[in-house]
Amino acid sequence: MIAEFGLAALWLAAALALLQAFAGIGHWRGFSPALASLTRPVAVVQGLLCLISFGCLVWLFAITDLSVLLVASNSHIDKPMIFKLAGTWGNHEGSMLLWVTVLSLSGTAIALFEKRLDHQTLGAALFAQALIALGFFAFLLFSSNPFERLDPAPPAGAGLNPLLQDIGLAFHPPTLYIGYVGLSVAFSFAVAALLTGKVGPAFARAMRPWVLLAWIFLTIGITAGSYWAYYELGWGGWWFWDPVENASLMPWLAATALLHSVAVLATRDALRAWTIMLALIAFAMAMAGTFLVRSGILTSVHAFAVDPERGAFILGLLVIYIGGALTLFGLRIGVVREGKTFALLSREGAIVGNNIFLSVILAIVLVGTLWPLAAEAMGDKISVGPPYFNQTTVPIGLLLMLLLIVGPLLRWRDDSLARHKALAGPALLFLLVACALFATQPQAGLWPILSLALAAATALASILPLLGRNILRIPLALWGMALAHFGFAVCVAGMAAEQGWKVEKLVAMRVGESAVVSGWNVKLDDVHPVVGDNWVALEGQLLVRRDEDTTIMRPQSRQFSSPKQQTTEAALLTRWDGQLYAVIAAPSEGDASDRWQVRLWWKPFVTLIWYGGLLIALGGAIALFGRATLALRKRRRDNPWSLA
Amino acid sequence: MKKNWLIWAPLALFAFLGGIFLYGLVEPKDEYVRSNLVGRPLPEFALPAATEGVQGLSNTDFADGKPRMLNIFASWCLPCKAEAPFLEQIKEAGVEIHAIAIRDKPEDVAAFLAEHGNPFVRIGADMDMLIQLKLGSSGVPETYLIDGKGRIIHQHIGDIRAEHVEPLIAKLKEAK
Amino acid sequence: MKRFVIACALAFSIVPAAAQEGLPPPLANQQLADPAQEARALELMQRLRCIQCQGQSIHDSDAPIAAAMRHEVRERIKAGQSEAEIESWLIERYGDWISFAPPASGSGLILWLLPILVLGGALLVARGRFRKREA
Repeated sequence: MIAEFGLAALWLAAALALLQAFAGIGHWRGFSPALASLTRPVAVVQGLLCLISFGCLVWLFAITDLSVLLVASNSHIDKPMIFKLAGTWGNHEGSMLLWVTVLSLSGTAIALFEKRLDHQTLGAALFAQALIALGFFAFLLFSSNPFERLDPAPPAGAGLNPLLQDIGLAFHPPTLYIGYVGLSVAFSFAVAALLTGKVGPAFARAMRPWVLLAWIFLTIGITAGSYWAYYELGWGGWWFWDPVENASLMPWLAATALLHSVAVLATRDALRAWTIMLALIAFAMAMAGTFLVRSGILTSVHAFAVDPERGAFILGLLVIYIGGALTLFGLRIGVVREGKTFALLSREGAIVGNNIFLSVILAIVLVGTLWPLAAEAMGDKISVGPPYFNQTTVPIGLLLMLLLIVGPLLRWRDDSLARHKALAGPALLFLLVACALFATQPQAGLWPILSLALAAATALASILPLLGRNILRIPLALWGMALAHFGFAVCVAGMAAEQGWKVEKLVAMRVGESAVVSGWNVKLDDVHPVVGDNWVALEGQLLVRRDEDTTIMRPQSRQFSSPKQQTTEAALLTRWDGQLYAVIAAPSEGDASDRWQVRLWWKPFVTLIWYGGLLIALGGAIALFGRATLALRKRRRDNPWSLA
Repeated sequence: MKKNWLIWAPLALFAFLGGIFLYGLVEPKDEYVRSNLVGRPLPEFALPAATEGVQGLSNTDFADGKPRMLNIFASWCLPCKAEAPFLEQIKEAGVEIHAIAIRDKPEDVAAFLAEHGNPFVRIGADMDMLIQLKLGSSGVPETYLIDGKGRIIHQHIGDIRAEHVEPLIAKLKEAK
Repeated sequence: MKRFVIACALAFSIVPAAAQEGLPPPLANQQLADPAQEARALELMQRLRCIQCQGQSIHDSDAPIAAAMRHEVRERIKAGQSEAEIESWLIERYGDWISFAPPASGSGLILWLLPILVLGGALLVARGRFRKREA
């Protein structure tokens, strides 16, 4: 019953999306005020219906209703409740329903909260948003029905992939989807602006919070995903340039460029065409990423739902939406007049440089990810992986950081470097750190040392814009920007430190033996079996000691019962200066000895990578909050009698 | 005006992207990693016997003027069991087949041969997959066609099925 | 108690589920004595692709063939071969696919030159946007 109810709610929501599309046109073109007045309420109800439908699916997973095909194939009666719930979106259909729900709710949010956009553009935006929703509703209802029944119902269920039975998984997809969907709002706004021709600071100020929101969630999603892969996969790596990872990075790169571009448009009425184009590209990357991950055309450790038929549907949607939008761009961008101009050395100029570098990195990631596929079309079989991506993106990233040091200090429109004596500080710090490291630790390598020195300089430079002002009067948006840039520097510092100074040790240990890794003494005290809810494991007890600091680490080699799969659970020990990472594996069957394979890593300052990512997101959140309260205060001041 | 073509560039690039995506969907993925040594001489190796009652294998067993097949198998490999009857057919047709057993204990090889028959003349043991690496082999089962001079002329990846028997025999007969 | 017994029983079946016999070759999981050599081996192992895995490097993979490749890499580094020699030995056998770095010749050259090409192109396009051109 619940399943049918959820499906019905979904159909109803789809019908409302159709209505919203027409109503949106009415709003935009100014005909049929009755129809137009429906736009907002319809968007709200549509969102609510989707929420109900999603709620039904969560409920079905919670009670493990095995008569529903999705639950039977992805859940198990013995699974812990939290993973039963998270399992709702740990599969293709459920995650698609989540996507559509967030999409509809964002339409609701636009309808309820968007007050700055003029009527016409708002109508056109809701029209575009409804069109996007319709495509995905069709995808869900015709090709990926989450509520399909299974008759007869199996007794137990197939279970969720053990790699996904993890708290990190609970957060990762929802945050990413909010990010992708937020970009769809920016896309709708851009399409609307192309339709009405109204591109200017007002438009940018309306679009900016949506871009910021999407970008914050994408940042969190990618950071969480990276950390999850780090501790769950057991190889000690935190980024593999895997196609699925790249699929999430590409929208983020475009969204970062868009964020900066829309800020320029809002403040200086420049970069009009660029902002529109970036909004289109950002959502295009989000959709392309969805396609890559779900179609199975690329090999990946992370890939789920390999189904060319579904891939074809998404490709169809991609072609219609992005192809349509880009055609619209070509036809209508002439209507958008050229914005204000600016000198090369100015804040706008720095942001253009920033966007160029981000676009280069985006191009590298996109081409690199797809190159093996294109090469196969030519008959070549090649691989493109970390050596390529690291060697090409790191230098560009460092150039980007140079710009980050100078840019926020520059004035709008026209400036000269001579005015900024404060830049001597970061420059000096860079030279100091670089020379010190090259002199004392040359073995770390050229790039880690350069990156670390540049990160230090960037960290200092990020707070420079705050100096010389009354600390109580600095707008929150400025705090946010400083924190985000500082967070980026912290993140890069973590990457550089880990890359340049990590130590790895492989030991075959008997119980009672010990090994030394980077100042830590690690002794294998014991290995014993451990039982969990739906798994059994061999747990190693490692006594680790550094000077006076003694702890026990418990890495496991885990065997799940359904589905039958073996995983390694790494043990992590976090200290202020890094993490000790331990993995244990049983001796192979032919090995008569009683030695256990223990793999140990000392990773200096590796946690800075994810703290940095969170700081970036926090900076964005502060900026968003600052602007929202500012806008609220302004509205109250202008119209003291309104309720908004 | 210069601007015109620039405005349409993103759409053109997107069309190209769509084309690649479409190709990826339509063309079946080539899952196999093929050996690059086809057309080159068999690398040097000398393997001990895989089990009692058989002789070991080295590359010199191939270069005596008679074309042969080299089958890579293992007792723990399911498709290898499936292809055993077809290997028997090939042996009946007069083709000499040597084999390499991958990561197999002697008793397991003996059991496998007892259950599925022994179509092989010599069977070498590659316990640590190092010879597999040398050959550019990527898994089991695989079958190589070696000509009389000891050159690899063809690599068949996967188990041999009914439809492969005749073409493989014919290809070997063409060689010298 | 019952759980413990079950646990013990299951524990003994935990060891390699694939039932592939045999030890991995010695240097597969044993680091080289010389740290400089081991560092070179490590870098090379991260460049080489595991043949039977979903895009993992041989450094990250548990598969037996990855173990065989790691042994081969370490043995050759110990014997004095350069990373380039070892990589090309493997490419001779498996083709360019085995290396995560695309070849720097032929069509791969475009890939390596891509950053410069895109940067140059972007700068060309952006050239017209700046104020100085207003004569």
